[in-house]
Amino acid sequence: MADTPERATDASGTTDAAPSPPAYTAREMMAIAAGRFIADGDVLFAGTGVAMLAATVAKRIHAPHAHIFFETGGIGPQLDELPMAVADPRVMAYADLNAGLVEAFSYVANRRLHTIAFLGAAQIDRYGNMNSTVIGDYDHPTVRFSGSGGACDAGSLASGFIVFMQHGTRKFVEKLDYLTTPGWLEGGESRRHAGYRRGGPLAVVTNLCVLRFRKDTKAMYLAERFPGVTVEEIVANTGFVLDVEGAGVAKPPTAEELRILRDDVDPQRLILG
Amino acid sequence: MAERNGLEGKLMTVEQAVARFVRDGSQIAVGGFTINRNPMALVYEIARRRVRDLHLVVHSNGQALDVLVGAGCVGRLEIAYGGNGRFAPTCFRFRKAVERGEFLVEDYTNNQMTLRFLAGALGVPFIPSKSGLGTDVLAREGFPPDVRGRDGVAPHKAHLMADPFDHGEDQVALLPALTPDVALLHAQQVSTDGTVRIRGLTFADLEQCKAATTVVVTCEEIVPASFLKLEPDRNSLPPFLVDAVVPVTYGAHPTACPYFYDYDPAHLNLYKAAAKDDDQWPVYLEEWVYGVESWDAYLDKVGGAQLARIRANTVAGYAPGLDRR
Repeated sequence: MADTPERATDASGTTDAAPSPPAYTAREMMAIAAGRFIADGDVLFAGTGVAMLAATVAKRIHAPHAHIFFETGGIGPQLDELPMAVADPRVMAYADLNAGLVEAFSYVANRRLHTIAFLGAAQIDRYGNMNSTVIGDYDHPTVRFSGSGGACDAGSLASGFIVFMQHGTRKFVEKLDYLTTPGWLEGGESRRHAGYRRGGPLAVVTNLCVLRFRKDTKAMYLAERFPGVTVEEIVANTGFVLDVEGAGVAKPPTAEELRILRDDVDPQRLILG
Repeated sequence: MAERNGLEGKLMTVEQAVARFVRDGSQIAVGGFTINRNPMALVYEIARRRVRDLHLVVHSNGQALDVLVGAGCVGRLEIAYGGNGRFAPTCFRFRKAVERGEFLVEDYTNNQMTLRFLAGALGVPFIPSKSGLGTDVLAREGFPPDVRGRDGVAPHKAHLMADPFDHGEDQVALLPALTPDVALLHAQQVSTDGTVRIRGLTFADLEQCKAATTVVVTCEEIVPASFLKLEPDRNSLPPFLVDAVVPVTYGAHPTACPYFYDYDPAHLNLYKAAAKDDDQWPVYLEEWVYGVESWDAYLDKVGGAQLARIRANTVAGYAPGLDRR
């Protein structure tokens, strides 16, 4: 599964990020900020947790003609209820079609489609490479996570991917303990030289900000901080030297975006917390 | 059912199926995906029989994996993902066992594992993929050299090569085929001649069953062969690939079986509380696995009202409005 350890249930980002009305939580801001990356008509590959929320929000608000699919084989479901895992039967209800993993990955990798994956991980580095396997030595890990699931596949094969992370120095690290999902690898042209024809991370959405990657070096930079969050706070929570040149401020969620997210997408607050 | 003759020699109980086909050291592919259609009745019986040193080969597995690991049945594991969505971002017994070094683990990805089963089904020794180039998934081997090259373990985890058709401009990773001893599957329907119909998502179940030497299928119901033959387009596996058929109502509980029942949030929460806690885990195993006298007794413990709550809407396939907190 293209999910991340911890993130799905991590409640540390749910404090209010801004005093200005309407009040909203960091997780709500994350879901809405990520949804804004989606263009109408895109084909979206969603993992579990906030990723699923963002894909659902994108479809309801920003991109009604986007198509959501899941690696389990649920292709274009209606998503009347929020799934809690990519194998939740809610990813198959009233779908375009139901199949299996071979079919799902043939859409992830399909050359005709512009597929965007929503992923997460335990660690990320400045080039958007991610770890969802272990903390510590691989042979004797101090912490074991779920493993790749489909995250490495989506990172390898999709047209691009968007990452969700809680911001913190243990998550934004200089060096990954294990490289599960390929980002821009060592930056520059290294991803292409490794044998990839397309893809790579487009943005990282955290509880504090939106980060993107410079066109030439492929290094991460601060694109937009969320309202009420300072640049210093973001830098202090990043375990590598972060490029903050030219950073702007994200537009806060509108009342309508929040209403759809809360009332239609996750009324039981299964993922919003 | 008059047509049941077609199942002669295949129709059996969970106890008979496990006793006949699952041995210490067997290589087992487990059907389903995290919280959906795990063959739990078979898993509980494997745990009860104290089968040891299983070599599990799975993509994204949740409940079945965690119970087998927690019951000490697993010696080797090739896996892409051990989690149960919101109920367990990482499966608890799996996590503890890996951190304690209790068995050998080899990490692959979902696409890689699926392709490896497909290769096994097609009779090719390996299959190319473009997943994981430049990552530790391909660079790091989890199984030590001394277990490789025998007992169904490939000599290498993967092999990188240049595309021979484009003058070496493109890179691919070759992955070894998998041919498990046994595939365990829970399906909604099996017909009186052994045809299998899976409803909803098929995950990599079909590839796993076609790659395996033996296929054991539990099912919610046995239906007339003539009924499944009315719409053969909807069928999943032919009778000649199926070795054992075991009717078990609610046989995937607490995972979902679409159009029959949803996953059971109450049980998965109860499981989570026990699986996180080393002291509570043996209590859970005793109460829900070892000490359960029969499948009827298991369902009685779950409770009629709870089984009614998770009953799927027959159109939607899940239980709309189910409290999933």
